[in-house]
Amino acid sequence: MVVGAGAAGLATVTGLRGNGFEGPLTWIGAEAELPYDRPPLSKEVLTGARTPDQIRLCSPEKVAELGVDLRLGTTVTSVDVDGRKVMLSDGGVLPFGSLVAATGVTPRTLPGSEGVHTVRTLDDVMALRAELSPGRRLIVIGGGFLGTELAAAARSLGTEVVLLEPEPVPLGLAIGAEVGTMVADLHREHGVDVRTGPGAAVARWHASRGAFDGVTLRDGSAIAGDLAVVAVGSVPATSWLAATGIDCAAGVRCDEFCETAVPGVYAVGDVSSWYHTGFGAQIRLEHRTNAGEQGLYVARRMLGLTSEPFTPVPYFWSDQYDLKIQAYGVLRGHDEVRVVDGTIVDREFVVLYRRGSRLVGVLGVRRARALRQWRAQVAAGAAWSDILATT
Amino acid sequence: MKVEVDKEKCCGAGQCVMIAPDVFDQGDGDGVVILLRDTPAPEHRDGVREAVAVCPAAAIAIVG
Ligand SMILES: Cc1cc2nc3c(=O)[nH]c(=O)nc-3n(C[C@H](O)[C@H](O)[C@H](O)COP(=O)(O)OP(=O)(O)OC[C@H]3O[C@@H](n4cnc5c(N)ncnc54)[C@H](O)[C@@H]3O)c2cc1C
Ligand code: SF4
Repeated sequence: MVVGAGAAGLATVTGLRGNGFEGPLTWIGAEAELPYDRPPLSKEVLTGARTPDQIRLCSPEKVAELGVDLRLGTTVTSVDVDGRKVMLSDGGVLPFGSLVAATGVTPRTLPGSEGVHTVRTLDDVMALRAELSPGRRLIVIGGGFLGTELAAAARSLGTEVVLLEPEPVPLGLAIGAEVGTMVADLHREHGVDVRTGPGAAVARWHASRGAFDGVTLRDGSAIAGDLAVVAVGSVPATSWLAATGIDCAAGVRCDEFCETAVPGVYAVGDVSSWYHTGFGAQIRLEHRTNAGEQGLYVARRMLGLTSEPFTPVPYFWSDQYDLKIQAYGVLRGHDEVRVVDGTIVDREFVVLYRRGSRLVGVLGVRRARALRQWRAQVAAGAAWSDILATT
Repeated sequence: MKVEVDKEKCCGAGQCVMIAPDVFDQGDGDGVVILLRDTPAPEHRDGVREAVAVCPAAAIAIVG
């Protein structure tokens, strides 16, 4: 049984069938939609360059071909691990042999932000899109990947945008101050009012006649706006696993084979925290490529087709206006950033990230080929001193 | 087997190039996929199937 009908759930199901599993397969998804791709939501779907139909990952014909009992619009509310069964929101109870948790994450909210937009689903982005138009002013709270992408897409629709980030630099923690500053400059050039630092945190929300009309920041400034979107990170969707005893403090905790402490229960995609033997650490990734790779891996693992642990090289990308940022590795928590190719001011470069004495990540803009050449060294956790010797 | 790629959808992840370098390549700057041969040799077909499965943009299709 697979719970969650996003990219990771889909990869698991197709992986099971593609590798010859012929037994019964149940697939449960809370959303009413067939699986669709999320990254375009904050990019082409918000700008209108792609329609919802163009981001489908799976057609009804494909579901039929897979021979799976797919139940959409249905939430798993709890799991009985001893009785090997799940309880559903419609009152149903279903048995399982093995279970794969692929339930993703839900957006974090802020105190007082009830009723303000968040973006995770197609419905969320269509609701936001319906309210964006030239001349209106959008306040984006949170300057991470999601917030900056939403700001860029909204600008291209002619909406006025204010971007608020309480850290000194948008994306600073994720990709470093140098590249983050470049992203902030890019947004300012496109007319976004970028405000950073502790003073840019929201202190109060304002509404008139029940409708949002602005915020007051911690530094005392008042910002009027027609609508706001909160993009301040997300929380793994694990409440349905509460009774299982599985550690869900920071995602569903798994071993190096993506299996939880309960035998036969696995976790994949954004919700999964597993032990990456290459990094020697428990990690959880919210990357689209990982959802696909981990789903496929677990399918193979369940079928006994691999005895290797799951040790991918993380990859992610982000589109900001006409610029594509691509990266391999785990950049968060780095100690040093070094440009090895091109320059950041020209917005064409490759930068390396050091943590301790090792290379942990690489990021590039308009240098896809050069970037890919570093992938193997990131995978190997190459010694920083060796790299300095060769560049 | 006949393969097609949708360059509009491709996000330049390069997963396909890693899995099936004989079939896929990427552009220098943006990393957008380049199809090297649309009718891959038998020994590359499994790789193509895997690339279809992992491509994060669902940009690769087997059309025949
Ligand atoms: C707007 C946006 C932009 C993004 N951009 C990028 C990007 O540029 N690059 C990148 O690498 N990644 C990006 N990501 C992240 C990427 O989309 C995710 O990593 C990926 O979608 C994770 O897939 P998943 O299947 O693990 O989770 P999801 O796609 O979230 O799927 C989980 C599904 O499970 C369902 N579910 C939850 N609880 C239950 C339950 N109890 N019972 C049944 N069903 C349940 C949910 O409703 C959901 O449909 C972006 C994400 C968003 C939202
Ligand atoms: S795997 Fe898909 S998205 Fe990535 S480069 Fe290949 S075609 Fe493009």
